Amino acid sequence: MALDEIKIGGLGASRKRVEDNRFIRGKGNYVDDVVLPGMLHMEILRSPLAHARIKSIDVSGAWAIPGVRLVLTGEMMAARNLAWMPTLSYDTQAVLATDKVRFQGQEVACVIADDPYVAKDGCEAIVVDYEPLPPIVNPTQAMAPDAPLIRDDKVNQVDNKVFDWEVGDKEGTDRAFAEADVVSEIDMHYPRSHPSPIEACGSIADFDRSTSKLTVYMTTQAPHIIRAAVSLVAEIPEHMIRIIAPDLGGGFGNKVPVYPGYVASILASILTERPVKWIEDKSGNLISTGFGRDVYLKGQVAMRNDGKILGVRMHTESDHGAFFSDAQPSKFKIGLMHSAFACYDIPNAHLTATGVYTNKAPGGVAYRCSFRVTEAMYFQERMIQAAADDLGMDQAEFRRVNLVRDDDFPHRTPFGFLTDSGQYEKCLDIGLEAIGYADFKQEQEEARKRGRLLGIGISTMTEPLGAGNSREYDILGIKMFDSAELRVHMTGKAILRTGAKTQGQGHETTWAQIVAHELGIPADDIVVEEGDTDTAPFGMGTYASRSTPVAGAAVAMVSRKIRAKARKIAAHLLEVSEEDVEWELGRFYVRGAQDRGVSIQECAMAAYSNVPDGMEPGLENNAYYDPPNLTWPFACYIAKVEVDPETGVWDVLKMVAVDDCGVRINPMIVEGQIMGGLTEAYAMANMQFITFDEDGNCIGSNYMDYLLPTAWETPGFELHEVVTPCPHHPIGAKGIGECATVGGPAAFVNAVMDALKHTGVRNIDMPLLPDRVYGALTTGSDISGMPPVKTEA
Amino acid sequence: MTLFEEVPVTTTDEIPVRRVEMRVNGETRAANIEPRLLLAHLLRNGLQLTGTHTGCDTTNCGACTVLFDGQPVKSCTVFAVQADGHDITTVEGLATASELHPIQEGFKDEHGLQCGFCTPGMMLSAKALLDENPNPTEDDVRWALSGNLCRCTGYQNIVKAVLWAAEKLRHDAPADAPADDGGEA
Repeated sequence: MALDEIKIGGLGASRKRVEDNRFIRGKGNYVDDVVLPGMLHMEILRSPLAHARIKSIDVSGAWAIPGVRLVLTGEMMAARNLAWMPTLSYDTQAVLATDKVRFQGQEVACVIADDPYVAKDGCEAIVVDYEPLPPIVNPTQAMAPDAPLIRDDKVNQVDNKVFDWEVGDKEGTDRAFAEADVVSEIDMHYPRSHPSPIEACGSIADFDRSTSKLTVYMTTQAPHIIRAAVSLVAEIPEHMIRIIAPDLGGGFGNKVPVYPGYVASILASILTERPVKWIEDKSGNLISTGFGRDVYLKGQVAMRNDGKILGVRMHTESDHGAFFSDAQPSKFKIGLMHSAFACYDIPNAHLTATGVYTNKAPGGVAYRCSFRVTEAMYFQERMIQAAADDLGMDQAEFRRVNLVRDDDFPHRTPFGFLTDSGQYEKCLDIGLEAIGYADFKQEQEEARKRGRLLGIGISTMTEPLGAGNSREYDILGIKMFDSAELRVHMTGKAILRTGAKTQGQGHETTWAQIVAHELGIPADDIVVEEGDTDTAPFGMGTYASRSTPVAGAAVAMVSRKIRAKARKIAAHLLEVSEEDVEWELGRFYVRGAQDRGVSIQECAMAAYSNVPDGMEPGLENNAYYDPPNLTWPFACYIAKVEVDPETGVWDVLKMVAVDDCGVRINPMIVEGQIMGGLTEAYAMANMQFITFDEDGNCIGSNYMDYLLPTAWETPGFELHEVVTPCPHHPIGAKGIGECATVGGPAAFVNAVMDALKHTGVRNIDMPLLPDRVYGALTTGSDISGMPPVKTEA
Repeated sequence: MTLFEEVPVTTTDEIPVRRVEMRVNGETRAANIEPRLLLAHLLRNGLQLTGTHTGCDTTNCGACTVLFDGQPVKSCTVFAVQADGHDITTVEGLATASELHPIQEGFKDEHGLQCGFCTPGMMLSAKALLDENPNPTEDDVRWALSGNLCRCTGYQNIVKAVLWAAEKLRHDAPADAPADDGGEA
C-alpha cells in the first residue's frame, strides 16, 4: 500500500521543525558559540567622520597594552595587496582605509588580542588624525556639479555617479503618454533601512600553517560565493579554503556581502598563526554593513478615462553609499526594479535609473527581497493608488481593470519579464471580502463626520523570485543555479546536502519533506546539512527567496535520480523488466500485481548488497538545477487603519494577507514566513529607517535610535491562501519568504493616505512617523523624507 | 570551581580580579573575574552556557535575557560582580534531563521560532511572566515580551506559544489540595 504522505512528513505536512530541538534548549551553534584552541579576538576601530582624509594613524598606544598581539592598519593591508577588495558588483571597497574615510563607521584599524575586552581597549588607544572633508548625504547633492569627489581612488572616476541604466521602450511609452487622457505623477523616497538580524556579523578565521588550509566560520548566507571571493582576494587556492556557515541568527540579505571584518580576521590568523574571532557589535553592524533600499522615484502613469493604463515611466536615483557593494545580478544595475507592474497588463513602460556614491555605508543589499523588488513593488502600488485617486476611480476597481487575466498567461510584463501563471483577481476578491471592503466607504464617511480618520490600503503584486535562470542571472559571472546531493544509506536512512544556507527558514525540516514526497522515505529518516563548503555541493546560497525555487527544485530532481536507480534495483529484486515496475509512494510493485512489491528501503539495502550485474553499487547522487524561469508568487495585502488626527499616530485595525506561493511544502512554515514578512513591512511603513544628519552622522546606530517593532505594537495578521502551482517547478512551489515584506509596506502607506485623502495630501515618505503624518494633516502638504544637506552658514 | 584561573588572559597588574560565587541553574559556580566583565560574557565564555546570546549590547533586544532571582534581566548590561550571591537561570536551566519545559514545548509546537537567536531570551521572559501570572491574556503576553525583539516571526506565533505553555502549566499543576473534610481517598 502507498504510504500516507502527511504521516511520513511529506508535501503539505505542517511538520514540526527538527532544528527547534537544539534552539529551544539553547544548543544552537552560532558563530560566537564556536571556540577554537588558542583563539584570539579582533575588534575594529571605525571612523567617527563621514568624509575625511587620514593624515596619520598612531597605533603605539595599542601595542603597549598587555595582551595585544597584532594591530592591523590600511598600510599593513596595502603591503599585502589587501587594502582594497572587489565587491559583488564589480566595484572595489576598502578593507581598512588608507587614504580617506568615506563613511561614518568605516573600518580604519583592527586590534587582535587575547581577550575581546583587551582588543577593545586597544582600539581606544589608537590615535587617528583626520582632516575633515565635506560630506555628501543624498543623490541631489552628490550630482551637483561642484560636489567633492568621493571615489578619488578610482582611475577615470570624474563624478559621484555609479551608473546610468535603462530598460523598456522609450518611444512606445512617449506615444502612450501623448495619447493619455490623464497622467498621474508622484515622487517618493524608499528610505534607507537595515535588515538588522538580531545576530550581527562575525567570523573565526583559522589558518593552519602545517596544512596551508584556511577554515573560516562565518555568518554568511552564501558560503560558496564567499569561498570564491576569499580565494580571489587572499590568493589562497580554493581547495585550501573551507567556509563554514553554522547556525545563523537571521540574515535578511545582511549576510550576503563580503565584509572587511572577514578579510581582516583572515589576514590576522595568517599573521598570528592562531584562530582569530571577530564578533561585530550591533552598532558596527548597523552603521557599516549592507543596508537596504535608499531609492528616490519620479513616477508617471498614463491612463484613459476608463481606467486602462497605457504606459508608465519610472526614474530612480539610488544612493549606494561609498562603495557599490550591492549583491545584484550583474546585468541589472538597479536589481529587478523593472519587475514593477508585472501583475498589470500595461503595453508600454520605460525605466531610467541612476546610481550615485554618497558618504554613507555601502550596501543596497536585497533586504528580504529579490534584488530591489521591494522598492519596485512599493513604487508600483503607490503609483497605482495615486493614479486611481487622480482619476477619481475606486482603488480596487482600478486594479481590477488593469490586472492580468487568468487566461492571459504566459504574459510579457511591461519591462519584458515573462510571467507564467496566476489568479490575481481571485486573490484580490478574497482580500476585499476579508477586510469588509463593500461596506467600508460608508463606514469611512460616517467615521469622518465624527472626526475619525479611517483608511484602507491595497497592495497587489507578483514578484520574481528564485534567480536564475543562469542565462540572465549571475553574480560576478557565477551563474545562479543551485544544487543538492542525496545519499541513501543501506538501511534506507539518508543525508541530504544543498548549496543553500538556512537562516531560520527551516530547510532542515522542509528539504526532508521534499525527499519524503519523492521517495517515500519518512522525513524523520533524513538528515539535512548545509553551509560547509567542504561537504555541501556548490550553490549560490539563500537570499532573494531562491531556496525553494532553485535548491528545493534540485532536492526534488536528485530524489528522482535516486528513484530511477531504485527502480532498476526493484526490477531486479522483483525479477521483472523495468517497464513492468510501477511506483507508488514508498514502494515499487509489479504492474497488475500490486501486492508484489519492494519498498524503497529494500531497494536501498539491495543497492549495497545485491545490485544487478553491471550496476554500480550504492544509492547516492547529486543534481544541479538551473530553473527555466523565475517563480512568480502573487499576493494581495490589505490594511485597514485609523489615524489619530490629534497626534498623527496610526493604528492597524486589521491586516489581511492573501498569498499564492504555489504548492506549500510545509504550511506552518509558509505562514511563519508570511507573518515575519508582514512585520518587517509594518516596521518599514511605521518606524524603521536609517537616516543621516547633514554631517553624515548615522542616526540609527543602535536599537534606541533604530526602531524595530516589538510584540506590543506589531498588529495581528489574518492569512488567506490561493494555490496556483508554478508550472515549471518540479513540485509546483514558488518563493514565499519575502513576499509580505515586498508587498506589505504599500498596503500600510496606502491605507494611511486613504485616511488622509480628504486633505489633498498625496504622499508621505516612509516611515509614517507621527510627526510626519501630523505635519501632513495640519499643513495639507506632502512630506519628503530626503535627508537635509548642509547649507553655507 | 574557579574560572579563568587556568586561562589568566587579562590578569595584568593593573586589572584587579574579584571572586564571585552564584547559583546558576541550581548549581553553585565560582569565578575569578575582572570587575568589568558582563554577566552575559561570564555565562557564555566562562561557564560555556552559550544559549544566552548577545544581540545589541544596549539592553534593547533581549537576546541575553536571563532570570536574576527569578526576574528577567538583560545580562549584557549587568556586571557579573552584581550577580555575586544571586540566583541565575539561563535557557540551559529550563529543561530537565528527561523533559522539556512547557514553554519550550510551546515554542516548538506553535512555530514560535525561526532562526532561534532570540528564542532563549524570549522563553525566559515568558517564564517570568507565567511564574507571576499563570493565566495571562494575549495583551499580557505581548506586554511582557515587549523587551525582547524578534526579526523572524512577527510575534504572533510566539504569543500563541506562551499561551499554549500557560494552558499546559495550568493543566499540569497539581489539583487544589483536597478540602479537609475527612473524606476517604
